[in-house]
Amino acid sequence: MNIVNFTPQSAFAGGIIIGFAVIVFFIGNGRLAGVSGIVNATLVSKQNRTDNFLFIIGLVLGPIFYVFFTKIDIPFLITSSLPIIITAGFLVGIGTKIGRGCTSGHGICGISLLSVRSIIATIIFMITAIITVKLIG
Amino acid sequence: MASKIVSFISGIIFGVGLSVSNMINPEKVLGFLDIFGLWDPSLIFVMLGAIIISAPVFFLFRSKNKPLFADNFTMPTLKSIDKNLIIGSSIFGVGWGMVGFCPGPAISSLALLNTYSVYFVLSMIGGFLLTEFVDKIIIRGSKINYD
Repeated sequence: MNIVNFTPQSAFAGGIIIGFAVIVFFIGNGRLAGVSGIVNATLVSKQNRTDNFLFIIGLVLGPIFYVFFTKIDIPFLITSSLPIIITAGFLVGIGTKIGRGCTSGHGICGISLLSVRSIIATIIFMITAIITVKLIG
Repeated sequence: MASKIVSFISGIIFGVGLSVSNMINPEKVLGFLDIFGLWDPSLIFVMLGAIIISAPVFFLFRSKNKPLFADNFTMPTLKSIDKNLIIGSSIFGVGWGMVGFCPGPAISSLALLNTYSVYFVLSMIGGFLLTEFVDKIIIRGSKINYD
């Protein structure tokens, strides 16, 4: 195992900020900030649709505000081909819908709540993701 | 109105967190998933940072209070480890490992105006809607029951 590009400080700081987003949403609206659930609900449910849509708009504005105020460029690189990207998008949509959660819903909110379901989900999607990277990487 | 402002602000803060941690960057996430190659453990620190903040608040706030702008807390109802959880999470992991995008970062990255992000998000929405369609129309009455 070779460790490279490790940025523990910015990772931890970013994590704390995400944690704050989660608690603001929870204390304010009593809901868990699971992104796949929020996007899904926006698509198929009339309940809280404006709230959900505004969360998504905020999610897109976040990086814009970050760059505007810090003047720091965000490193960003996608090397996958278009067919891979489309397939992956489909699988992420189908998988998070059937498994009822993604990295934020299960990985952050669920684990914070000590939910056994979420801990197991997180272990499973990490393992299949690691295997996928090993196979196609 | 207040709940809408809270949703909007939460989304912004979340997007800033993804930017600061660079989890918005698929290459960074793939670095984490490449445990057997050149490994970048940063994602663990992101999760730790978030959990350290949210876990105590979940437990302290929930037992004593109501949310500020809602009648009650909306919590997941399912508790059991079912087939859907295992199959769904497995499929999600494969998609995540193919590109390095999960839903939050993918949507947030639309800000960076990369065409590939748009294709990914549209496909993901296609996946959501396809699953909804299959569940509601084709296997209605099955045990599958989404939020």
